[in-house]
Amino acid sequence: MKAALFVPCYVDQLYPRVGLAAARVLERLGVTVVFPEEQTCCGQPMANAGFAADAAPLARRFLEVFGEHDAVVCPSGSCTSMVRNHYDAYLAGRPGFERLKASTFELCEFVHDVLGVRALPGRYPRKVGLHRSCHGLRELRLGSSSERVEPRFGKVDALLRGLDGLELVELTRSDECCGFGGTFAVAEEAVSCLMGRDRIADHLGAGAEVVTGTDVSCLMHMDGLARRAGLPLAFRHVAEVLDEALAAAGAAELDRLRASAGAAGAARAAAATSAREAAPLSAGRTR
Amino acid sequence: MSEGHAERAARFAADEPRAHWHDQALWFMRAKRDRAASAVPEWERLRTLASAIKAHTRANLAGYLEQFERNALAKGIRVHWARDADEHNSIVHGILAERGVTRLVKSKSMLTEECHLNPYLEARGIEVVDTDLGERIVQLAGEPPSHIVLPAIHKKKEEIGDLFHAKLGTPAGLADPKQLTEAARGHLRERFMAAQAGLTGVNFAVAETGGVVVCTNEGNADMGTSLPPLHVACMGVEKVVPRLEDLGVFLRVLARSATGQACTTYTTHFHAPMRGGELHVVIVDNGRSALLADETYREALACIRCGACMNTCPVFRRSGGYSYAWTIPGPIGAVLATARDPVRHASLAFASSLCGSCDDVCPVRIPIHDQLLARRRDLARAGALPLGKRLGMWLLGRVLRSRPLYELAGRLARWLGRRAPRALLNGRWNGWARQRELPDLPEASFRELWRRERGGGGPR
Repeated sequence: MKAALFVPCYVDQLYPRVGLAAARVLERLGVTVVFPEEQTCCGQPMANAGFAADAAPLARRFLEVFGEHDAVVCPSGSCTSMVRNHYDAYLAGRPGFERLKASTFELCEFVHDVLGVRALPGRYPRKVGLHRSCHGLRELRLGSSSERVEPRFGKVDALLRGLDGLELVELTRSDECCGFGGTFAVAEEAVSCLMGRDRIADHLGAGAEVVTGTDVSCLMHMDGLARRAGLPLAFRHVAEVLDEALAAAGAAELDRLRASAGAAGAARAAAATSAREAAPLSAGRTR
Repeated sequence: MSEGHAERAARFAADEPRAHWHDQALWFMRAKRDRAASAVPEWERLRTLASAIKAHTRANLAGYLEQFERNALAKGIRVHWARDADEHNSIVHGILAERGVTRLVKSKSMLTEECHLNPYLEARGIEVVDTDLGERIVQLAGEPPSHIVLPAIHKKKEEIGDLFHAKLGTPAGLADPKQLTEAARGHLRERFMAAQAGLTGVNFAVAETGGVVVCTNEGNADMGTSLPPLHVACMGVEKVVPRLEDLGVFLRVLARSATGQACTTYTTHFHAPMRGGELHVVIVDNGRSALLADETYREALACIRCGACMNTCPVFRRSGGYSYAWTIPGPIGAVLATARDPVRHASLAFASSLCGSCDDVCPVRIPIHDQLLARRRDLARAGALPLGKRLGMWLLGRVLRSRPLYELAGRLARWLGRRAPRALLNGRWNGWARQRELPDLPEASFRELWRRERGGGGPR
C-alpha cells in the first residue's frame, strides 16, 4: 500500500524528527511512503483565526497536491481534522474533494483503521501519559470523549497499550485541553499557560515519565512550560514512541504484521474505491 | 482596541490559587454531571431528541407561541408580549404598579438579568429581593451573577460570611455554609411573608397546555408564588416546547447537565392562577427573532441554560464569569453575546481553545465551538479584527502559498532563531516565551532531511 505523507508546516520546520518517525513507522508496516514536495500548510492557522480568505488558496493548493493519492497520512489530528471537517467551507463541490476527505487520516487512525493493526510488536518500557489532543478526540473521534455516554475506546491508547513494557498512566482528567489552541496560546497567554501547567501536574501526579500524543503542537506548549519550570517530564510524539518501539521488534513479527496490514490495506482501498464509485462518501463528523 | 476577554481573564488568572479553586469547584460539578449522565444508558439519544424537538419548535415558533397563548388565556393566565428589554420592563412595572406592589420577591431568571429589570423597578420605588441563595448573595454584594446556575460561585464562604455580617448582621467570621444558609433563610423568610408579588423565570412553556414550568432546587419560586396573590413569569420566546411529554426529554437532561442531579428538587407546573390570584406571563423577544433568522447561529436558541458548557470549559473555569462581560458567560454566552453585537464582543469569539468539550457536554447538541469559529470568520470578513493580525495572517498566507518562499522563510527563521541571543528571543515582545521555552530549533527541516536521506520525493 502507498501513502502520501502530509507533514504539517510546524512539524516540517520545528520537529523534523516527528515526520521522519511517522515515515519509518509506516514503512515498517509495509507502506510505501511518498512525500509530495509541493505541500506547505493546510491553512489551519489562518482559518482558526477567522481569515478564511487567506486560508482558501491553501485549501485549494492542498487538493491539487494530495488529490491524486490513495491515502494521505498525517502525524497531527488537528491538521487532519482541518481537511476532513473544515475544508467544506473552501472546497465543497470541487472534483476530488470528497475523495480527499475520505482518504486523509491521522497516523494512528490509519494504522488502526486502514491497516487494521490493533497491537504493535516492540518494547517501550516507560510510564507514559497520553495527552488526548482535542481535535483528534472530539473532531476525528480517535477515542471516546469523557463527556459522551458511550463505550470507552481509544485508537491511540490501543496501539500504545499493546507495546511491551509500556504502562499507560491514569489521569484525573482524561481529556482536558492543554490550552495550546493555536493563536489562543499567545492571545490568551494567561489562561493558556494555566491550562498547560494543570495538565503537566496531572501527568506528573499520575507518575508519567513521558507524555505522548498525536499533536506535537500541544506537546510543544506543555514541553515549553515544563522546561521553563525545570520539571522532569519528557514529551514525545506518538510517532516517535511507536518508531522507537518498532525498532526493537523482531524481524519475524514485523513480517507477519506487514502481511496482515498489507492485506487489510488492500481490502480497505478496494472497498473504499467501490464505495466511492457507488456513492460519493461524505466523511463529515458526527455530532 | 479596548479591553477584551484576554485582559480580564489575565486579571482573574493572576491570582493562581483562586483560579485553581474556581477551576476545582466547577470541575466538581462537571464530574457530578458525568456520573449522572452515565447512569442513563440512552443519554446520547436523549440529547439527539432534545436537539430535534428544539429544531422543530424553532421552525414553527410563531405557531407554537400562539398555541401557548390561546391555551394559557383559556386557563385564566394573562399573556403579554414584549419586543425588547424596555417593553418587558415597562410591562412588568405596569402590572406591579397597577396593583400598588412595592415589595417583590424574585426567583432566578436570566432573562430579567438580561433586561436589567431590578434597577428599573428599584428606580421606581419597588423593593426587589432575589430569593435564590446565590442570587441573593450577589444582589447583597451589588454584583451580577458570574454563572447562570451558580451565581456566586466566584465567592468563597469566608467572603460570604463577611458580606452577611455587613448586610444581615450575622456574627463576624462566620464561614460555615450551613449556618450561613440558615441566616439567609431566616432573612428571606421575612421577605417572603411581606411580599405582595412573586416573579419567576420560566424553564419551559408548554404550547399544548398553556402552562409554564419552573425548576429550582431551593423551593424559592414556590414560596414566592404561593404566598402573594400575584405571580409574574417572564420568558424568552425560545422557552416554548410543543407538548407536555416533551418535558420527559428536557427534564431528564436539564438537572443532570446542570448540577448532576437526576431532577431538580422542585419542578413546578403552573397551569392556572392561584385561587383569587393572578398569573401573568410576559413573552419577550429582545433579539431572539433576529437570531432565529440567522442560519449560522440559530441553533444557539436551543440553549436550556443548564450551565454545563461553563462547568466543562477549561477557559471559563480559569477566567471566571465576569471575564465575559455579558449576562450569559462561558461558551454559549460567547455565542449569544457576539450574536447580539459582534464587534463589541469580538474578543469572546477568541476566548476559546476550540477544544469542543462544550459541544460534547451540551444536552441539546448546540455546535458551540463551530459557531465560535464561524463568528471569527464573520468578524474577519467584516474587517472587525485588529489590523496587525490581519496583516500578519495575510503575509503568512502569501508565504505559505509559495513553496520556495515558505522554504526560504523557514530556513531564515531557524537560522536566526539558532543564533539570536536567548535574552532577545525571550523578551517581553514574545508572548510565547514569557512563560514557555521555545522549542530547540533544528538545523534542517523535515523536507531537507528527507531530500538528503531519500534524494527526492519518491519511494526508496
